[in-house]
Amino acid sequence: MSQLIQELQRSRLTGPAIDEFLAKHTFPLVEGTSVTFAYRGRADQVLLRHWIYSMPSTQAFARLQDTDLWFLTMDLPEKSRVEYKLEVVNGDEHRLVQDPLNPHTAMDPYGANSVVHGEGYAFPEWALPDPEAREGEVIDHHIQSDVLRESRPISVYLPARYRRKRRYPLLVVHDGQDYMRFSVLKTVLDNLIHRLEIEPMIVALTQSPNRLSEYADDERHADFLVKELVPLIEDMYPLRGTPDARGLMGASFGAVASLAAAWRHPGAFGKLFLQSGSFAFTDIGDHDRGPVFDPVVEFTNAFRKNPGRPAERLFVSCGTYESLIYYNRSMVPLLQSTGMDVRYVETRDGHNWENWRDTLRAGLSYLFPGPLWMVYE
Amino acid sequence: MASPVVLLGPQRLEPTLGLAVDALGVRGRIAAVTAGWEERESEDQELGEHLGGRILNLELFRRSEEVYERDTELFEATREWRQKRHRLRELYQLRLKHALKAARLLLRREGDDPLLEREREAAIAAVRELDDHHLRGVAEVETEFADRMNVAERPEVARHRAEIERVLADVDALCIAGGHVGVLIERMRLFDLLPLLGDKPVFAWSAGAMVISERIVLFHDRPPQGAGDAEVFGRGLGVCKGIVPLPHAKHRLRLKDTARVALLARRFHPALCAAMDEAARLDWDGATWTLNGKARCLGVDGTVDGEPT
Repeated sequence: MSQLIQELQRSRLTGPAIDEFLAKHTFPLVEGTSVTFAYRGRADQVLLRHWIYSMPSTQAFARLQDTDLWFLTMDLPEKSRVEYKLEVVNGDEHRLVQDPLNPHTAMDPYGANSVVHGEGYAFPEWALPDPEAREGEVIDHHIQSDVLRESRPISVYLPARYRRKRRYPLLVVHDGQDYMRFSVLKTVLDNLIHRLEIEPMIVALTQSPNRLSEYADDERHADFLVKELVPLIEDMYPLRGTPDARGLMGASFGAVASLAAAWRHPGAFGKLFLQSGSFAFTDIGDHDRGPVFDPVVEFTNAFRKNPGRPAERLFVSCGTYESLIYYNRSMVPLLQSTGMDVRYVETRDGHNWENWRDTLRAGLSYLFPGPLWMVYE
Repeated sequence: MASPVVLLGPQRLEPTLGLAVDALGVRGRIAAVTAGWEERESEDQELGEHLGGRILNLELFRRSEEVYERDTELFEATREWRQKRHRLRELYQLRLKHALKAARLLLRREGDDPLLEREREAAIAAVRELDDHHLRGVAEVETEFADRMNVAERPEVARHRAEIERVLADVDALCIAGGHVGVLIERMRLFDLLPLLGDKPVFAWSAGAMVISERIVLFHDRPPQGAGDAEVFGRGLGVCKGIVPLPHAKHRLRLKDTARVALLARRFHPALCAAMDEAARLDWDGATWTLNGKARCLGVDGTVDGEPT
């Protein structure tokens, strides 16, 4: 139990004393490598709901004597970032809520979670809008795909000071709109290009309506990227058009889609950025991740048998609180054994968009290093 | 008589060139070198407006592209010497990484006893020796290239140089903008324009300031990859002496890290390591430097401008 909670327990537990205690401290209360969550209100039970793989996904709060203050103290290693919700139980009613005492939230396609930062976690200042950075432009297109037999929206990011006379590298991003919205990809690109940490580049942002099936090593998806999207974008924009100047990126199933497309078309993309890849595999027997993972497991097993050399340079990242950490750690030596340049980074975070935001700088600058050392404007 | 030189901080967000030009009483036209901007060289409208429309862009980048296109022998030789310089740089960086690590470790050690200071001094001397060794290596490659190719006598180069000479005869000063420092120094060397300028004033900022100093020091303390080891790139044009201009210092350097500041200052001492942020100005009269505006100096004790930051 937190020392502060113990002190509170020893004092007179009146309503005003608890009010004063809550007003005096910031919650969740981070003390070294432990964190105390608090909740005040009538409830039969309060639970912490989180997505840290190695721990039970619900943790029960304790009630402080006969007050309406509930608390929970648990470990929070340095530099951790944890998203969570509170489950407040009253009779048969179970309400999943954001932490009322914590103003920090993180958005994702399903809503928002509360966020707690461990000691030493630093918000990436390069992900904040920088008034000195020139802004790039995003242009929306629709591409008629023969392979997919439908039209797909594609947004194209053009860097600040874009010039048709110049030749740019291309990065294709799975779930591009989600990256823009939840990982502030545009701000990050603007800032890193402004800071010369990455090359000015053109970024094609894809978005699939059927990502779970298309991203799971669907041949049509790989063909769409390699035979339709890239040639079309290279026709429309001044791109270098060589594999070493082409990157493919994605998170979760998007990372599977990236690796699978590169594997099916080796040499098409020289660079891969794979974040929290859902690279589930089996060494023996069946997997327990549900039918949606069947084609993923089939792909990863096949890839592990015969990885080939799908690209030249890879940046792979995963959160240590994700269930996928085992798969990602297992993939790294295999990827390295192919002779590709592989950099692997772990974060103390879960399977979420802000985790992926936080490794954008390391990944992009590794794959597309900018003229930082040579340009002084 | 040597040209008076004014070094300025970055101009994009807080242009001060106009004030500096006025302060030196320059009334006529001003030649501009914007070759560091590479293919954006001709996009000098803002600069022109800032100086009341009186700039004449020397277009060194365009001229160099023309030279390389027409004189393929020179282009091939240039490419070859760039590769040699690149190879030298890789080897230098390999040794520098270890030398700087040792010096940093010693500077971070608590205390100032004579034995520790003796080892610090030796570690910094080793870095300086390595820098000098690299400078000599680059200079040898440059000299070999220049002698072999007889650059100044090549018809395409001579033709452009004659045109540049005519432009420079018609101006009262030269300004050199920043950009890619490697591209800039190569183009300035190719056309060897400074001897054509006489004693007219030179205004330079960012990479422009770096190329006219004696040696070009590349630096960044917070790169996304690597340790951020400042390195000597090569000889500058040496128009002004005893200075290491450090543009965008507040963004590129950890000015609160006294060990890093002290190492940089001691490594290049007695040259002045000058933090050149917006509104900074340094005046060189051929013998001494005068700090103006927001120019700050890195001290050998790790402070900036004598003040702990």
